[in-house]
Amino acid sequence: MAALLRVENLVKTFGGLVAVDGASFEVAAGSITGLIGPNGAGKSTLFDMIAGATHPDSGRIVFDGEDVAGLKTHEMFHRGIVRTFQIPHEFGRLTVLENLMVVPAGQPGETLTGPFLAPAAVAAREIEVRDRALSVLDFLSLGHIADELAQTLSGGQKKLLELGRTMMAEPRLVLLDEPGAGVNPTLLGKLADMIRRLNREQGYTFCIIEHDMALIASLCDPVIVLAEGQVLTQGTMDEVRADARVLDAYLGGAEAA
Amino acid sequence: MTKVLELESVSGGYGETEILHDVSLQVGDGEVVVIIGPNGAGKSTAMKAVFGLLRLSHGTIRLKGAEITRMPPQEVVRHGVCYVPQTANIFPNLTVEENLEMGAYVREDDFRPRLAEIYAMFPPLRERRASAAGTLSGGQRQMVAMGKALMLDPTILLLDEPTAGLSPKFRGEIFDTIRHINGAGTPILMVEQNAKQALAIADRGYILVDGQNRLDDTGPALLANPEVAEMFLGGAS
Repeated sequence: MAALLRVENLVKTFGGLVAVDGASFEVAAGSITGLIGPNGAGKSTLFDMIAGATHPDSGRIVFDGEDVAGLKTHEMFHRGIVRTFQIPHEFGRLTVLENLMVVPAGQPGETLTGPFLAPAAVAAREIEVRDRALSVLDFLSLGHIADELAQTLSGGQKKLLELGRTMMAEPRLVLLDEPGAGVNPTLLGKLADMIRRLNREQGYTFCIIEHDMALIASLCDPVIVLAEGQVLTQGTMDEVRADARVLDAYLGGAEAA
Repeated sequence: MTKVLELESVSGGYGETEILHDVSLQVGDGEVVVIIGPNGAGKSTAMKAVFGLLRLSHGTIRLKGAEITRMPPQEVVRHGVCYVPQTANIFPNLTVEENLEMGAYVREDDFRPRLAEIYAMFPPLRERRASAAGTLSGGQRQMVAMGKALMLDPTILLLDEPTAGLSPKFRGEIFDTIRHINGAGTPILMVEQNAKQALAIADRGYILVDGQNRLDDTGPALLANPEVAEMFLGGAS
């Protein structure tokens, strides 16, 4: 499989703290790649850089053959890189449907003059976006709460909505930051099924940060292990689990001797 | 060995979410006890339960045999429990000395002798006594936080991930400091991600998984236990 994303020697420091220390890895097109590692390993900082929220001190982020390191969040988004957050970032006072409908960029109704000069185009695009949003809600089994305010949703439903918002972007690479955190076991099973279906049926490429090892084991291949800002090893979950250095990293023992 | 702190079948959480399920643990006189476990295991939550920061649905917490269950933090402090949170644990715009004085806020007697003892315990803090605490290195800031908590000469000191975000060198210094504080007579209960280093200086450790007790033993015994790998990395599929 070809690499959709290739990270080369990324470095990011905050003051004296080296958060990412020369990390290199690839995310193959069509894969569900897992990113695990102990707290402070640099996982979320890597996501921040790939999504353009923060910029690397050095190194390259090659997406689809182009070095995108240093681009801003919206530029990454336009290239098809979309991320979710550990804590969902929904618009609480918009409805569930509206939360999805605001995602696609460049809608003609966004401009000041559009609704006056090209009302038909605005209406046509809005119908198109609404249809797409309704089909996403259908996929997520959230159709029944389309008109509820997002702030009234349960934590688990907000996680689903967050996934739905990434679907609206028609992404090429979806970065999921702890999709399982705070989700009850029943919903977690459904969420895993949805991620798997999006991957198999719609060709989505995922890169997932997760602490729930069972979820990682059931979804991800390969699994990349990050420790102290560097890639320690990678392979199937069974392979990395069998690597003594991985447990060592989780127990923080590597540099203790 | 007398029990300084005792949690007996403690359950509780935030809002409607239950995080701890029948957690029991003890800290004996003179001990350093560490709680380890994978992310989301409830380690910090267990500590917050002691300090009155958690809604408890069940269980009993005793300090030297006296019940402190559901006591609010401002009373727990007066009973001799001091807690150093993981973040936001100093006043960055106050000087080091002012931070330590704030630690003595609830003392009604003369705290100056204790201040001298704290400086003796942490010599770098004496040197930087007039500097704004926020200008210190990460390791020294952690010393300020611990020194501040020790101003009350607590019955027990609770430390939530004292080495989080520190470089390996500072981590070692902090663990040395913890051993030193304990050597001066203060029992310590701490939560740590750096399990190996923490267990190396601790008398005993507890492993929590999914808000429940899974193992407790001496440090070397825990590190030699093959079940620990499964707790951190899941079972082979």
